[in-house]
Amino acid sequence: MDHIVVVGASLAGLRAVETLRREGFAGRLTLVGAERHEPYDRPPLSKDYLAGTADRAAIALRKDGFDDLDVVLRLGETAHSLDVDARTVGISDSTVAFDGLLIATGAHPRTLPTQPALDGVHTLRTVEDADAISKWIDGGARLCVIGAGFIGAEVAATARGKGREVTVLEALPQPMVRGVGPVIGAVLARLHRAHGVDLRLGVGVQSIAGEGRVERVHLVDGSVVACDVVLVAIGALPSTDWLTDSGLTVDNGVVCDAALRAAPGIVAAGDVCRWPNAAFDDELMRIEHWTNAAEQGVHAARTLLAGESAEPFVTVPFVWSDQYDVKIQSAGRFSADDRMEVVSGSTDDDRFVAIFERAGRVSGVLGFSQPRRVMQYRRFIADSASFADALAFAAENP
Amino acid sequence: MKIVVDFDKCKSNAVCMGAAPEVFEVRDDNFLYILQEAPGEDQRPAVEEAVRTCPTGAISVEG
Repeated sequence: MDHIVVVGASLAGLRAVETLRREGFAGRLTLVGAERHEPYDRPPLSKDYLAGTADRAAIALRKDGFDDLDVVLRLGETAHSLDVDARTVGISDSTVAFDGLLIATGAHPRTLPTQPALDGVHTLRTVEDADAISKWIDGGARLCVIGAGFIGAEVAATARGKGREVTVLEALPQPMVRGVGPVIGAVLARLHRAHGVDLRLGVGVQSIAGEGRVERVHLVDGSVVACDVVLVAIGALPSTDWLTDSGLTVDNGVVCDAALRAAPGIVAAGDVCRWPNAAFDDELMRIEHWTNAAEQGVHAARTLLAGESAEPFVTVPFVWSDQYDVKIQSAGRFSADDRMEVVSGSTDDDRFVAIFERAGRVSGVLGFSQPRRVMQYRRFIADSASFADALAFAAENP
Repeated sequence: MKIVVDFDKCKSNAVCMGAAPEVFEVRDDNFLYILQEAPGEDQRPAVEEAVRTCPTGAISVEG
């Protein structure tokens, strides 16, 4: 293999490039990124970076530069097409031949069907997005967040930390209720309200309105939220538009085999990758979390180098979120349909652990400020242990 | 192999404990403890996974 092209210069793409060199790939290496910046870390964009306690240097993913990686960086350039048979990728005005291709183009924020192009209406994915929102918050703007998922909740928490007036609108009856169920959803609601957020649940957005800049959000029930800046945080979609005519299978992400191969010599990693995860009965999964991007970037690079002998990528998804002074962590694949048991602490406080059961096995664990316990139960999930075993462990380790 | 943790960066996510439980432990006080500062070579793959998957990039290895 002479030339490997990595498309996507965020966490997954960077970890892939590092792995290729570390494991002895001596050919040419090209890293393509649509953003003009060197790879940076996204989780701080809604937390420390937004708050101003971490700067650009602090969120750089490589502190010591790129010289040792011997990689051609094509930043600020967009891959727009892929020809699987000819083994070429169209980048800006050029057509680049490859022997190996790693797709790590990530995801982009969903927007509302009625979202107007008004000043002050934002989504959050890039450092420019964070800079713009940060400027509003520092300027005293009243913030309205649409969507009470992790990003919406973290930005709300950061803005409250700066003393701003914050309204959070959520269409469902509790924050993240489909994922965590009504009990923990209610804990999240209590957490926001205790910190002064005007949290409105079960409300639909009618329109975002203003003259030139956003001034208010109209709700379906007729009420109005006056605000200066709006964050639309209603999830993300895999960035696969450029692959539509490529011949790859694209269905809510690039569909890959167990070793993250999309086609011979073509692999995917990170938010854009959908693959059968043997830890959960080969369910096709697409995961938009940091740890997964880091691990898949490494694994996809190894698969490219290993060829036929590549190994399957098997993982227990893990995600964390820092909101106010609470560290929320979860592992596994669970939903509100699973049985939930609180095994440590109490949901009356902001320090507890709950585990989830599906078909007799531990499907997930969620903790508030209990990282040790979360990691202990993550192991039960990885080992496909029975729920009874986890409960027995809980009885001995309250 | 010597383990180095930047405790100014560590936010006790305990991901390292998941990757290398014989080397890293987050206790109930939510602080990270290094169980082996110079673990044997058999721990290298697990430690390298911990280095790569630390959400705050707080872990490094010397030697």
